[in-house]
Amino acid sequence: MIPEIGHFSLILALLVALILGSVPIIGAARGNAVWMGLARPAARAQFFLIATAFICLAYTFATKDYSVGYVASNSNSKLPLQFRIAAVWGGHEGSLLLWAMILSIWTVAVSVFSKHLPDDMRARILGVMGLISVGFLLFMLMVSNPFERLIPAAMDGRDLNPLLQDPGMIFHPPMLYMGYVGFSVAFAFAIAALLGGQLDSAWARWSRPWTTMAWVFLTLGIMGGSNWAYYELGWGGWWFWDAVENASFMPWLVGTALIHSLAVTEKRGSFKAWTVLLAIGAFSLSLLGTFLVRSGVLTSVHAFATDPRRGLFILVFLVVVIGGSLALFAWRAPTVGRGGKFSVISRESFLLANNVLLAVAAMSVLLGTLYPLFLDALGLGKISVGPPYFDTVFVPLMTPALFLMGIGPIARWKNATLPELALRLRWAFAVSVATALVLPLLLGHWTPMIGLGLFLAFWIFASSAHLVRQRLAGDRATLLARVKAVPRAWWGMVIAHIGIAVFTLGVTVVKGFESEIAVRMLPGDVAHLAGYDFKFEGVQDSVGANYTASRGQLRVSKNGVERTVLSPEKRLYTVQNMPMTEAGISPSLIHDLYASLGEPLEDGAWSVRIYHKPMVEWIWAGAVLMALGGLLALSDRRYRVRRKNLTEEKPLVPKPVVKKPVVKKTVVKQAIVKTAVVKKPAAKKTVTKKVSTKA
Amino acid sequence: MKRFLLPLIIFLVMVGFLAVGLHLDPREVPSPLVGKLAPAFDLPLLDQPEKTFSPKDMLGQVWLLNVWASWCGACREEHPLLVALSKAKLVPLYGMDYKDTRVEAQQWLNEGGNPYVANAMDIDGRVGIDYGVYGVPETYVIDKAGVIAYKQIGPITEQVLRNKIMPLVERLQAQ
Amino acid sequence: MKLNLPIRLMAGFFLLQSVISSAEEAQPLQADVVVEAQVQRLSEELRCLVCQNQTIADSHAELAQDLKQEIREMAAKGMSDQAIIDYLVARYGDFVRYRPPLKASTLLLWLGPFALMLAGAIGLVVMLRRREKMVADKPLTAVEARKVRELLDKDS
Repeated sequence: MIPEIGHFSLILALLVALILGSVPIIGAARGNAVWMGLARPAARAQFFLIATAFICLAYTFATKDYSVGYVASNSNSKLPLQFRIAAVWGGHEGSLLLWAMILSIWTVAVSVFSKHLPDDMRARILGVMGLISVGFLLFMLMVSNPFERLIPAAMDGRDLNPLLQDPGMIFHPPMLYMGYVGFSVAFAFAIAALLGGQLDSAWARWSRPWTTMAWVFLTLGIMGGSNWAYYELGWGGWWFWDAVENASFMPWLVGTALIHSLAVTEKRGSFKAWTVLLAIGAFSLSLLGTFLVRSGVLTSVHAFATDPRRGLFILVFLVVVIGGSLALFAWRAPTVGRGGKFSVISRESFLLANNVLLAVAAMSVLLGTLYPLFLDALGLGKISVGPPYFDTVFVPLMTPALFLMGIGPIARWKNATLPELALRLRWAFAVSVATALVLPLLLGHWTPMIGLGLFLAFWIFASSAHLVRQRLAGDRATLLARVKAVPRAWWGMVIAHIGIAVFTLGVTVVKGFESEIAVRMLPGDVAHLAGYDFKFEGVQDSVGANYTASRGQLRVSKNGVERTVLSPEKRLYTVQNMPMTEAGISPSLIHDLYASLGEPLEDGAWSVRIYHKPMVEWIWAGAVLMALGGLLALSDRRYRVRRKNLTEEKPLVPKPVVKKPVVKKTVVKQAIVKTAVVKKPAAKKTVTKKVSTKA
Repeated sequence: MKRFLLPLIIFLVMVGFLAVGLHLDPREVPSPLVGKLAPAFDLPLLDQPEKTFSPKDMLGQVWLLNVWASWCGACREEHPLLVALSKAKLVPLYGMDYKDTRVEAQQWLNEGGNPYVANAMDIDGRVGIDYGVYGVPETYVIDKAGVIAYKQIGPITEQVLRNKIMPLVERLQAQ
Repeated sequence: MKLNLPIRLMAGFFLLQSVISSAEEAQPLQADVVVEAQVQRLSEELRCLVCQNQTIADSHAELAQDLKQEIREMAAKGMSDQAIIDYLVARYGDFVRYRPPLKASTLLLWLGPFALMLAGAIGLVVMLRRREKMVADKPLTAVEARKVRELLDKDS
């Protein structure tokens, strides 16, 4: 009964999505207020229906109903409840339902938080999101129905893949999907702007918070996945440049470029076409990722079970959505005017250089991911492209980007000079070079890569410190007052950049200074690594809810003082008869001590691998800081202040002053308010600038 | 105007490749040994351990080398076809038992029938590595000069036998 | 063997020592550390052919273990990294390498990113220069200047 309700809800949701995806858009084109007004209730109805379907599927899992094929494939009666719920998105069909639900959440969120948008804009945005929803619902109902009954019903389920039976499964996919799907909002804004011919800095300002929010989720989602792989897979790695990992990383790179580009477009009205292209690109890469993971064209540990029909459906969907939006872009973008002027050396140009580098990085990752497919399709043989390639290519691409991160925030808008920048940053440069040369020697050894990594990390730290000190220099009484005077968005930027430096530092130190040993241990044996002594206390058998385990114990001490105990496990999940390792980890900010149990050997000994990973937790700490920075930027005053007198945001169509004085007033007023908040000395210049270009 | 079309064009090119990719198998590893001399080996026979078998013994003939194992599920699929093939006596079929035990291999052949003229035992899998074996069953078509003409990855199907292997064998035999 | 008591005691003592000391220091899984370092390095660059995208180093699959053993024997014989890789490529093709070889067919792969970066940098500089040469800001007309003054006076 419940699965049928869920199925029916999806069918109804499809009908609502069809309405949402057509009527408001046509209404916007015709200026029909009633049709446009349909968007918000339709968004809410869609959310209600898809959420119902999701709850039905979760209920089916929770109540162990194995008459539903999807549940039988991904669950088991011995599976603990939290994993039964997480199993909802453990397979292809359910993860699509998660996608659709998260899309409906974002859609309804946009419908709620869009009172300041013009009606036609809102109608188009919600309409575009509705169209995407149509695609996913249709896909599910046609070839990937999670509610399909299994006749005859199974006695028990085949169990969720043991690798997924972990808290990471509860956190990582939803976070990731919130990110992927969140970029659909920026995408919808871009399409709506192209459709309406309203490409201006107001569009950029509206898109920004949504894009930042999606980016925060995606950052946390990727970080969660990396951390999970680290402690789960047992070999201490945290990134493999696997096709599916790349599928999440490419939208992140483009999304980061988009955030920076939106800043330029919002402030200077420049590079609107490029920003729109990035917005289309970020979501397109999300959709491409969906294709790559489910179509079977690439091999990955992450890949879902494949079926050529599914691959073809998604491919057609891609052509319609991405091809359609790029065609729209090619048609409408040329009509967009140029924005403000700025010189070759200015903050704008540094931001754009950042964009170019991030876009090239994303394209390079795409090239590496798809290259084996290209060659195979052309009959030129089969190759593999793996971490050695990506590591070699990615570092030179990211190095200039990281270097620019220190310069960009210090450069002035519109016009800056290199000598001035060099002068202001000379101290930061000296500190970072010195650290890069000296620190490795203190820690043990020096290589060019270590030197480079440390230089870049400390360069960002030092230049950020300089930036903060400069910004906080003022005539207010207390430090706290000065801190509060600086907008949160600015602090968000600083913290996010520092997050990147923390991440870079973690990667550099771990890769440069990690060590490992592989030993055979009898109970009582002691191994030594990085100054620590690891005493093996033998292995005990234990039983979990749906597995049996051999649990090893290693007492870790340094200079005779016991520090911690590591408990690596070797599990056998009984349903699928699948072995799995759980590493024993002692984390700290200074280093991780990591042990994994290998095989039992002949004489009662066990093979054990022990790793010393200095500063590895900084990798994920850096990602958390990035996300924190993003959240801080989102809590900025500009998004919280209700500007009641500015609800009438009219698009800036270039027309002579005489005809639309009202428009100009709003624009000027808004510019004044904005510049007043930011307290830039060049406020008057900005005002003049805006008026003159619109004349 | 033209440069704004560039993203669309690049996208459509990529879609073309993806569409072709839907029909390819990313996990299939083509063999670099095709066109080269079959790697030499000297392995004991399954039923007569004192005797050995080597590709040298087959020079001057066209023959098939089928890599199989009793633990291999997919081998069961092609086995009836191999038995039928051996009865037709069109081409000699030799087997290489990969990482298996004599007892289990013998049992398997007793159950399913023995299509092989002889079976070489590759117990530790070294020869398999020399032949680029990664997933049994795999079958090699070797010509009169001892050169590998074709490698079949996975079980032989009726279609493959009819359309690829037998025409090739006939062509090679005519040389 | 007939040994008298003192000798038996001594033998027992040494035996006991060796048992105690073997219960102390964990021995490395593989005796030759140098060879093992080479094996590890290579295993991390080579693909497990029966896995879903894993290196030989990380895979528990039987073929991966066999290949690792093969590599170990070759490394113990003193073969160089390149010789070992060539050995495996001769049998399994370029697919087994995670670092794609530089050939005519992979030129685009290896040079593409750098070519893209160069193109992007040049494109950016050209576009920035072109933007700078754009007509400079038009000064305000008298009408516009008056409006600006009015607005600013009103809002301050």
